[in-house]
Amino acid sequence: MKLSSEWLLTDSPETKGQALAGRAWRMWLALLGNPLAITGLVIVVALVLVSAFAPWIAPYSPIGQDLENRLLPPSWAHWMGTDELGRDIFSRVVYGSRLTLMIVLLVAAISAPVGLILGAISGYFGGWVDKFIMGVTDIFLSMPKLIMALAFVAALGPGIENAIIAIAITAWPAYARIARAETLTFRKAEFIDAIKLQGASPWRIIFNHVLPLCTSSMIVRVTLDMAGIILTAAGLGFLGLGAQPPLPEWGAMISRGRNFILDQWWVATMPGFAIIVVSLGFCFLGDGLRDILDPKNEGKS
Amino acid sequence: MTAIDLKDLTISYSSVPVVHGANFSVADGESFALVGESGSGKSTILKAISGLNDEWTGEIKLFGEKIDPKNRTDISRITQMVFQDPYGSLHPRKTVDTILNEPLAIHGIKDDGTRVLEMLSAVGLDKRYRFRYPHQMSGGQRQRVAIARALMIKPKLLLLDEPTSALDVSVQAEILNLLKKLRKEQNLTFLLVTHDLPVASFLCDRLAVMKGGEIVEIASREQMTKGELKAEYSNELLGVHAQKLGA
Repeated sequence: MKLSSEWLLTDSPETKGQALAGRAWRMWLALLGNPLAITGLVIVVALVLVSAFAPWIAPYSPIGQDLENRLLPPSWAHWMGTDELGRDIFSRVVYGSRLTLMIVLLVAAISAPVGLILGAISGYFGGWVDKFIMGVTDIFLSMPKLIMALAFVAALGPGIENAIIAIAITAWPAYARIARAETLTFRKAEFIDAIKLQGASPWRIIFNHVLPLCTSSMIVRVTLDMAGIILTAAGLGFLGLGAQPPLPEWGAMISRGRNFILDQWWVATMPGFAIIVVSLGFCFLGDGLRDILDPKNEGKS
Repeated sequence: MTAIDLKDLTISYSSVPVVHGANFSVADGESFALVGESGSGKSTILKAISGLNDEWTGEIKLFGEKIDPKNRTDISRITQMVFQDPYGSLHPRKTVDTILNEPLAIHGIKDDGTRVLEMLSAVGLDKRYRFRYPHQMSGGQRQRVAIARALMIKPKLLLLDEPTSALDVSVQAEILNLLKKLRKEQNLTFLLVTHDLPVASFLCDRLAVMKGGEIVEIASREQMTKGELKAEYSNELLGVHAQKLGA
């Protein structure tokens, strides 16, 4: 079997795998046609690579102190300068990408499925189930995310794991809302009626037929939200409730740099710059994915 | 044996009755049509029989078995439905193969793919369509998939809700011929809902004319083709079609 674009784009695939690969390939081609999405993808891939190869990329230890070289401006030896304990900021930013990626992925992995499933259940069954679940999401949505995350971290105790849990708790209601709205649009569709008449149980319908239709908008939303998650995590770190020293978390680094922001601007600016770049990367990618995964575009070449 | 037996069936939507006391029975292997204008309640009867609407009183018997509207036993192995709009009745993100395998999976029937190929050839689709998505097919091809899906688990009764009205005229004839052929081959009972009298006379042995939620007349195909319908409204309906054909 030869892997070629004809094989991928054929109108009559011979196996299930070929049909799936063809669909993925078409999406990839659409993504390539969107420069902003490619920019986002490059940034996100770079983030993944940097965090995977942090020990080889970072020239110094992220926590090794060198008090003789404290608060040095950016130079060839220290690309982003050093902080108040003489630690190389570039190395810390590189290692910090691991924390950022971990926070983003864990929050998405916890809150997206929870929101998706609750939303689909709520929309599909309707009635008092819907009222109850949506009542709970309304309570969560009525409070600002950062404030609520703050309250949860304060209750659970500071630390990066608790920050992740707190952000996940604040993130799922938005996903539940989206999944519910999507479910409502095709709950009465004939293809759902058809499955019902085939004798499928409600759970089978929700998991096999409703959820696959919600996932694309969910992927878009989660990608777009990742910027917000990074900012919330950085906010918690800044307030001293997220990652604890000496962990090189970007928000916590800005918080330390605040003391020197007028004379040694690089201490706070460099991690801030990393936050902006990565957040923008996720935003661009999410925007691009929205264009590609939008069901209305499907079928159009 | 009777395939369908309706006694005094009254169906409501949100407590507003839309079908008033319908009575008819369809013999096993017969093909029966419900004809009428839109809003006459013909599709509503189909929905009540299939179970999509449970707000009804009276009695529905399928192959001698009484159906309870609130606590229905699974009748999917006895009866299946083909919907009007083939663009809306197929899951947009699933290949033909997945769509056709789903009924087998629901009923725990093990199969190595031969049933899918068998049904594809029965509805006249080449096997290269097997892994296509619905948006890669035409309306007629989609309707063939929908028919294949309905017949995957070998039901005895097929409910047809205007199966051709969303299709091009040339494709309509193909689908009607296919349905006729399948009925003969698989010994199916048809309950067809249509507003199109020629379709009814092509596919069905008997028909019931409906107006405003009531059955006005039940007649045989011969009676209709010879113009021997008794009720005034039936002849009116027939007249409209004659005019359309004449014009």
